[in-house]
Amino acid sequence: MMAITLFGAAVIVFVVIRIVPGNPIAMMLPPGATDEDIARLTAHYGLDKSIPEQFVVWLTGVLQGDFGTSISLRQPVMPLVLGRLPATLELSIFALVLAVIIGGAMALTGTRFRGGRTEAVIDVANGAGLSIPDFLWALVLILTLGVLYPVFHISGRISPSLDLPFTTQFYAFESILRLRFDLWWDLLKHMFMPALALAIPLAAIIGQLLKQSLKETMHLDYVVLARTKGYGENHVILFEALRNAVLPTLTLIGVQFTFLIGGTVIIERLFSYEGLGNMAIDAVINRDLPLIQGIVLVFALLFTVVNLVVDLTYALLNPRLRHA
Amino acid sequence: MSELSRRTVLKGSTALAVAGMIGTRAYAQDIDELVIAYNVNLPSWDPTVGLSAVNPTLQAIYQSVFDQFILQQPDLSPAPGLVTEWGWNDDKSQIWMKVREGVTWHDGSPFTAEDVAWSLTRAGDEATGNPIQFIWSTIGNVKAEGNMVTADVVRFEPTIFKWMYFLTGYVLPKAYYEKVGPEGFEAAPIGTGPYMVDKFERNAFVRLKANPNYWGGKPEFETVTIKFVTDAASRVAEIESGNAHVTIEMPYEEYDRLKGNANIEGTSAPISDIGMIFLNDVEPMLDENVRKAAALAIDKKLIIDRLLSGYGVAIDTLQTPDYIAYDPSITVGYDPEKAKELLAASGFSPDNPVKFKIQTTRGFKPKDYEIIQAIVGLWRKVGIEAEIEVYEIAKHFELRAADTLAPAAFYNWGNSVGDPTTSTGFAMFGPSPHSVWDGEDLVDMIGPLWGEADEEKRIQGWKDVDRYIAENALVIPLLQYVQPILHSSAVKVTPHASGALLPHLMKRS
Repeated sequence: MMAITLFGAAVIVFVVIRIVPGNPIAMMLPPGATDEDIARLTAHYGLDKSIPEQFVVWLTGVLQGDFGTSISLRQPVMPLVLGRLPATLELSIFALVLAVIIGGAMALTGTRFRGGRTEAVIDVANGAGLSIPDFLWALVLILTLGVLYPVFHISGRISPSLDLPFTTQFYAFESILRLRFDLWWDLLKHMFMPALALAIPLAAIIGQLLKQSLKETMHLDYVVLARTKGYGENHVILFEALRNAVLPTLTLIGVQFTFLIGGTVIIERLFSYEGLGNMAIDAVINRDLPLIQGIVLVFALLFTVVNLVVDLTYALLNPRLRHA
Repeated sequence: MSELSRRTVLKGSTALAVAGMIGTRAYAQDIDELVIAYNVNLPSWDPTVGLSAVNPTLQAIYQSVFDQFILQQPDLSPAPGLVTEWGWNDDKSQIWMKVREGVTWHDGSPFTAEDVAWSLTRAGDEATGNPIQFIWSTIGNVKAEGNMVTADVVRFEPTIFKWMYFLTGYVLPKAYYEKVGPEGFEAAPIGTGPYMVDKFERNAFVRLKANPNYWGGKPEFETVTIKFVTDAASRVAEIESGNAHVTIEMPYEEYDRLKGNANIEGTSAPISDIGMIFLNDVEPMLDENVRKAAALAIDKKLIIDRLLSGYGVAIDTLQTPDYIAYDPSITVGYDPEKAKELLAASGFSPDNPVKFKIQTTRGFKPKDYEIIQAIVGLWRKVGIEAEIEVYEIAKHFELRAADTLAPAAFYNWGNSVGDPTTSTGFAMFGPSPHSVWDGEDLVDMIGPLWGEADEEKRIQGWKDVDRYIAENALVIPLLQYVQPILHSSAVKVTPHASGALLPHLMKRS
């Protein structure tokens, strides 16, 4: 199933980027180029063949582990893409963690103080989080936490002046493993604003859905029973209601996480974060066809893996599915 | 319990804010390391091959690490660089160059005339992928002897020495390049330039260290970090927050807002980029009355003042005042009444307008779309109804190469060498893939100028071409751009008319 999805994504992207206006050859033509030069360049990049022929050549290469060479960067595509993927993964996972913490906290607080002013404030905050897109949150954060109160770094992934001992591109994870908390702190100061911008809309969705689920669960018999046993409200919410209420939210998080990864394209650009999304925009501007294909394929693979993980997690947490 | 928790949170937040402020503001207080927020990414380190070699914005980074054959000064004039003297022999069948002595590469090895000869030969070799190979191949049989380099002229190219301080005109290290190969050079590039590459993170930053042996004198700043910040709003935030000392290319409104702030200064100067409207030789542009009316109906000064806050210079030819073939006597002017008369002669009026499409980018250059909107408004008053089509720059290149642009299309043109061949020449010579107007009359006028050996005659020839173009409205030049640079008041920035933001020209105030 996963292979079919990836193949479908590859075919669609391959065809679409070749039929939209703008080709890389026209962009690299020198002023004195002749028709022969244009034909030579077109043939050099294999663009003189029909789209099905080009696809067969590309697919043959992919099956042999050769994803082609980037036109603008003049380097093999897959090492470039895999070199950037960890930065995007770390950012996305951190954003997800932030979203779960913020959204979860809002839902629990709203449920605990339901019907009061606190819940109204949380509902307003949820509304703002849902109605303002992530890139606008990014600009707000840049202006506030980057310029007015410059707590966090505005651009990049890590300070250029630091010497990096890393052997992988998973800087944040590796800095923890190496107990280099100075590097981890610097990474965090770079990652916090883009991650928060990505997290806010998702946090609002989590907050809203989880609060709704919790409120419905709070009326169920077993919760009422827990209350009559004398458990306090905090205990009832955290240890009785939450376990059942969290399941629909978990499914939603899985779906929304793929959207969050998609959102990194714009957010990484705004924060000059050296991830896959930032590279994707350069690739599109330069009509770097092999690089676009490589990036999209990796994104597609990522999305299918995330969906698979969510399905497995859901089955693990929901006994009815596990035994079905 | 709840009170303690709140207090802890408050304390933590305050500590975080103070620590953060100290951490980031430190940049502004101490300029041991100059930080530049740059507007483009550097895709590749070889300045002689591929797409990035012909990207004008990247030349500043290349020129920080590599030297060109001939040095170009901030006013665009040539000066002795690695090549200190140059010229043709009497019958112009050979070129000669005298090479600077006592220069070393960043790895300490000596720079020699062999490096110059090898770089020229490599540039002219079609197999290496130099996009300007068509110029470099006009010389051959390049030889080094002592500190002299000679080459045979295969086809006389009057601008060959100008290309030695233009796109791809860089000297690379023969022995090192042959030893490490293209991949090795990409990973660890060396040059003879004012700065050495210390650390490079693609799409993130490059950190440069001053070359202590630079033949032009060691640069003022020991360490320069160029951060690639492609978003204009983020670049403004970088300078405003003190995270960067210098940045370029931001909206003029932001430039005006920030240049008077404490610790921030602004430097603006005209650069060699121009904005223009290509006219295609298709209906209705085949009617000279329509073309001339379109040109006369545009109030360039008004557009510059209102839309660009005055940051621009109105032009009537494809030459800016800094270019060698600039002729101030060629003017087009703003005359809407004359435009109406011309259109009336062809049967058009505001009630019965001539209709065509105009294409433009949106956000590729400052206020590009707004400029075209204003022009369409001015045209409407005289009897021209233009429909705006917004396209991406990639589509513009494709349509231009295929000669299928709309009757009018906005574009910008860079020519940091200031020669008319690289402005009027390539933009207006029919057979060039970058030309849009293909009239035979113009091809006949331009053709002989490509190989004209008499410099005075050559320049006069291009001025005549420009006059002919202006009189017949074969293109509509609009303005010369002004580059806004924001910088810390602790840094003195010398603008370069090419638009290159060169760190070795920056000093402490």
